[in-house]
Order: sequence, then C-alpha cells, then structure tokens
Amino acid sequence: MSTTTDRASQVHTLETEVQDFLASHDPKTMEPIEFLRARYDAGLAWVNYPEGRGGKGLARSLQRGVDEQFAAAGSPDNRSSINVIGLGMAAPTLLKYAGADNLDERLRSLWTGEEVWCQLFSEPGAGSDLAGLATSAVQQETGDWLINGQKVWTSMAHEADYALLVTRSDPDKVKHAGMTYFFLRTDTPGVDIRPLRQITGEAEFNEVFLDDVLIPDSQRLGGRGEGWAVSQTTLMNERVAIGGRVIPREGGPIRPAAQAWRKHPEARAAALHDRLLTSWVEAEATRLTTIRLGQQLATGAPGPEGSTVKLAYSNIAQQVTGLELEILGEDALRYENYEMRRPDIEHRTNWSPGYRFLRSKGNSIEGGTSEIMRNIIAERVLGLPPEPRVDKDVPWKEISK
Amino acid sequence: MSTQPMVGTAHSLVADDIANELARSLRSMLQTHAPWQDVLAGTERESTTDLALWKRIAQDQGLTGLAIPEDLGGAGASWVEVAVVMEELGRAVAPVPYFSSAVLATALLLEAGDRELLPKLAAGESIAAVAIAFATNPYDIAASTVTVSGDSLSGTVGLVAGAIVADILLVPTADGIYVVQASDVQVHPVISLDMTRQLADITLDGAHGQRVGDRAALDTALRIGAAMLAAEQVGLTQGALDTAVAYMKQRYQFGRLIGSYQALKHRMADVFVSLSQLRAAAIYAAACAGADDPDLPVATAVAQALGSVVAVKAAEECLQMHGGIGFTWENQSHLYLKRAKADSLAFGRADQHRAALGEIVNLPS
Repeated sequence: MSTTTDRASQVHTLETEVQDFLASHDPKTMEPIEFLRARYDAGLAWVNYPEGRGGKGLARSLQRGVDEQFAAAGSPDNRSSINVIGLGMAAPTLLKYAGADNLDERLRSLWTGEEVWCQLFSEPGAGSDLAGLATSAVQQETGDWLINGQKVWTSMAHEADYALLVTRSDPDKVKHAGMTYFFLRTDTPGVDIRPLRQITGEAEFNEVFLDDVLIPDSQRLGGRGEGWAVSQTTLMNERVAIGGRVIPREGGPIRPAAQAWRKHPEARAAALHDRLLTSWVEAEATRLTTIRLGQQLATGAPGPEGSTVKLAYSNIAQQVTGLELEILGEDALRYENYEMRRPDIEHRTNWSPGYRFLRSKGNSIEGGTSEIMRNIIAERVLGLPPEPRVDKDVPWKEISK
Repeated sequence: MSTQPMVGTAHSLVADDIANELARSLRSMLQTHAPWQDVLAGTERESTTDLALWKRIAQDQGLTGLAIPEDLGGAGASWVEVAVVMEELGRAVAPVPYFSSAVLATALLLEAGDRELLPKLAAGESIAAVAIAFATNPYDIAASTVTVSGDSLSGTVGLVAGAIVADILLVPTADGIYVVQASDVQVHPVISLDMTRQLADITLDGAHGQRVGDRAALDTALRIGAAMLAAEQVGLTQGALDTAVAYMKQRYQFGRLIGSYQALKHRMADVFVSLSQLRAAAIYAAACAGADDPDLPVATAVAQALGSVVAVKAAEECLQMHGGIGFTWENQSHLYLKRAKADSLAFGRADQHRAALGEIVNLPS
C-alpha cells in the first residue's frame, strides 16, 4: 500500500491539473461535448484508467475528488445516469479484453456519453443460471458470426448505441466452456428491441430479439469459448456499480422514510419507530461498509466482497420502502400512474413512495439475485462447498431445459 | 451533488499494519494459552478469571496501557488499538478483566483527569472496576444508591463486571466518583449467565473513599465502553461464524458435507453480511472514540444497536449448525452464546440504543 504522503501529493497534483484544465477550458462557454472530449484527452475522465485511455493509472479512490472539483466548476455531465452500463461495466470489460483499435474507436465516445451501452446477458431460460444461455453464435466461412436468440431484462437497450453480448458458440462443450463474448451496434440488421413492462407500470427494460444478426470477428472480446470469464469481469463490476457508491448519511432509500416520519407526527407509533431506527442503523452500517470496502479496494479490482453490500442494500431498500408506506398510511393507497411508458431517467427527480416500494422488489433480482449473492459469499468468501451439480460435466446440449 | 457531508470518510476504516500485527500476535498467544477447552473448564473453577492469561496480556504484552498517555506510563496509542484487543479477546471469549479495567475504569479515570491510578493500570500492577451494574442503560443511568458521609461510603451495587478480581473500585455516587480499595468492601460473586465474565454484587459498609472526579465523567466512560463492547461483539461474531463454518466443512449428513446445502450456507452468508456491517460500524465507533470525534454518540449507538443483535444471532446460528452436539456442554457454541447474550444486555440493549439514536438524529418517538 502506498503511503499517506504519496496519496496526499497525488491528490494535490490532480487538484492542480484540474485547475489548469479548467483555466484553459471554460465549461460555461465551451460546447459540452468538446469539453468532455478534452477532459478525456487530458486523462481526467477516470484517473484509474491508463494514460491515453482517459486516465492516469492512479488509484480508483482518487476519482471522487476530481469529479467533485469538476462538478463544482459546473462541468457538463457525461450522461452518467443513462450510460450506467457503459461506464460501469462495458468500459472495464473493453479495457481488459478489447484490442487497441476497438479501444481507440469506442472508449472515448463511451465516456463522453456519445455512445451509450447496454448488455445482452439474461435470457428467458437463463437468469441466475447465466451460463445456461442458449443464444447461438455460429462462425461463418467469412469469419463473421451469425447470432440467433432472445435476450431479456436489457436496461437502456432503447437508448443504447452498442451492446455487450454473450452467446453459446459451442453446444457440444460443457456449458461454461462453450460461450463466446462480443459487442455489437444495436442498429445491426436483425436486432429487434421491444419494451418489457414491469410491476411499476413503466418499461425500463427490454426484450431483445436477435434474428440472423451478423457480427464481425473483430468484435469478439476474449477468445472463442472464453465468454464466461469475460462475463465475470462485467458482472463483478456490475455489483460494484449497484452497491459500491458512497452516499451521505441517511441517503438512499432510508431518506424518504425518515422524512415521512418527521413530516407526519400523527403516524408515530412505537412499533414503526423501532422498525425505522432498526433500518436506519442497518442503512448507516451498510454505508460505512461501503466506505470501508472502497478504502480496501482503493487500488485493487472488485472481488466477491461487493456481493455483501449488494445484498445488504437490497434488503434495506425493500424493508424501508415498505415501512414508508406504513408511515404514510392511507395516502400510500394512491399510486401515481400505471400507464405503460418509458422512464425519463435523466430528468426524473422524485419517485413516489408507491413507486419506490414496487421498484425495490427488483433490487434483489437485478444484477444477481440475493440467493446467488449468498452462494457467492458462502462459497467464495467462506469457502463452503458447492451444491452437487448435475450440469457441470455434460455437454450443454444434453442439459434439461 | 449532495451538500451533506460524507460522514465517515475522514477516518480510515481499514486496519493498518500496526493494528494487524497487534491482532496477529494476540490471536496467536490466545490460541496457545486460552483455547476454548481451557476457557470452558475455567467457568467451573472457583476463580473464573484466568489470572495467568491476564498477566500475559497486562504485564508481558503491556496491553492495558494502550489508551493511557505515555507520560502516565501507557503506550499512548488510542481506542482504535484497544478495539483490536477487544475483538481478539471476544473471539477467544477470554476470561480476563480487560473490558472492566483497561476500558471502562481506564476511560473513567482518563476522563476524571487521574494521574495516580492510571500508571498502575498501565503497568498491570492494579486491576480496577467501575462499581456500576453491567446492565446500566447509558442513556438513563439510575441514581446511585451509594451514600457518602464524609469520606465513608455505604450502599450496594448489583451485578458488577470485573469486581471479583479488582483491587480498586471506582464507585459512582451522587457526589462524584470515589476510589475505594476492594479490600474494604464485600464482593459477592454471582452465578452469572456468562461465567467467562462473572459478575458480583458489592456491599459497601462505611468503606473509605477518595473522590477522583465528577459524575459526568461516567457518561463519556460508558460511551467509550459501549464502543469497545461493539469491538468485542465483532470478535464474538467472527469466532462463532468461523467455528460454524469449520464444522460445516467436516460434518457429513445424507452423504454430503452439510456446508454444501444452500439452506444452511445461506444462513452463514447472512451472518457474514451482518459481520461486515458490524465490523465497519465498530471500527468507525472506535475511530470516533480515538479521535474525540463529536459523532461518537451516533457511532456507538449504531455499533451497539447492531452488535447486540448480530453477535447473538451468530452464536445462535453456530449452535444450530452443530445440531445436537451444539447443545452439549462440551461444545464451544455456548461460550459465544452466553457472552453474546450478556453483552446484548450490557450498557444499553439494542432497543435502548435505537431509541437514543432516534433523539440524536431527529427521528423522535
């Protein structure tokens, strides 16, 4: 671990660099996209990325200060709320597995938000058991790959320009060995994106049908049959993205419940009070866990520990959004709107209590169910043996589906 | 951007090399000199405190003076290092008066500005205890029934931790804190739920006392005590989890290791998640105690509200994972269970910490 002095001097150097950058690039007068491109080229996009790729090869933990400094100066946002998957998952996967040409062409536009990304992973028949997926990839004589299948729960597919895709390239191999990973443009012929309506009424997610889609071999990430390993890089980063953000005290889903408590003295029953504080304690402890995890990960890659925070976060979100409705009582019986619509994620500022309650039910499913998180913790952290498996040593095509 | 401060980020919540080395050497010593079989056997001896182990901790390793400044003979470290010791002692359920003497009495004497007794505690020459009920609610301390007449103290205090082996008692009274020689009072050992930290009833009948400080010092001492108790709960939780997991990796039923069943392993995963949360909360509370951070009241309430639930749950799960053997006297699970349950009643139950927290963070009842 580097010493505190090293870190202090790095922080200081970065502060100076951001100041110098802002002195020559005024965010109030420049075109936002020109500003963002220049910030990337200056290595101030994500300082933990390598030089020439928007970063400076520094610790991930130093990014926060840089972001705050840019935000304080009124710098434009890089569509971070739309491009969550691009920034949090596609970028680290590309960085690890894409060749220099693909990185040169894609990474800057990804970071600036000019190109939004989504991931085509889950399928109707492969949720928790992602490695059981069936979307086929058959390499043609030209070297291109012909893709056929159906993906589901694809967030942002309707906004996305690019997608990460994991496929079944060799059904004769055991399931983890026969997968290959690609990226593709979402406007490639044969890609059909349809909204998937969820219990809140709206459609954040999509079903994506892939019908004779051709992908050049140059868009393969990792080797043939190495798709599982590549997808693990993506998924580990997903869990960090979902659970890894440090929030202020009483931030996140506990906040509206606490505010409702303060606003409604008439609702203050002793049993609700104790539950509210139980959740407050757990939320604060989880927040501290996230801070601690961040300090531990300051230099390293995300590991299975991220699963802990993800699991805790979804527990609290579900507990506390349900409690909020109880505090609100009768008012909670009204719901804003069940009409089928696309959420306006970039401009949405306040979710209704009923929406929060319903939406939080997805937290323990998306990005790995809480049950899968418990398997990961039990097996990879605690070293407990796996369940006996019936699908491990047989070719994928022979597994019951 | 949020305008709220990121409370917690200013402290390091990751153990540094010194803390890690302290934990390693203490753990190794405890594995050798306080294996659970010895700890269990000790609960049925006449003296339930392991004074030989105490000598190693207090005199050989000098761990009683960690929080005491160097000019008073201490190590000049902080409550952060004391928390490391508490965690390891908790993991071993070690029957030594570290919490009562090196934490509670020491915190009280530091707060009272004592310069006479602290050097003796730092050197391991004396053992002190605060004459206050182990189950005292730190947010609503019952008025002391000990009366002072001149320099003579009379009254009773029930269920006090660490008094059996203490040579100095610090007695809170309405007039302030008094130092009393233990030889001047009657100490009646109580058969305690947790015999690894046996409690005693104390009777003072005109005992000679010397005033050392204001009663207000007790508030701070109890707050620091609560923070350090959370570190002990971290150790208990870790010990119970490790014990359960080790057993689940060797016990076969239905032709499989029981640790392979999701119904069981998921419960261990939940304990691990709770442990991660408790560890972060306890380290933060210790960091606040060590740095005189004004957030200490919130930090300790959070850590104790969580620790009192989590450590008990971990011990209960440890027992259950062992099945029938876990219910026998010869299994270590009940050491964790009894200590964890007693701790959950000590210096504020979880609900009392939650209620107090509600007042502090403006979530009134």
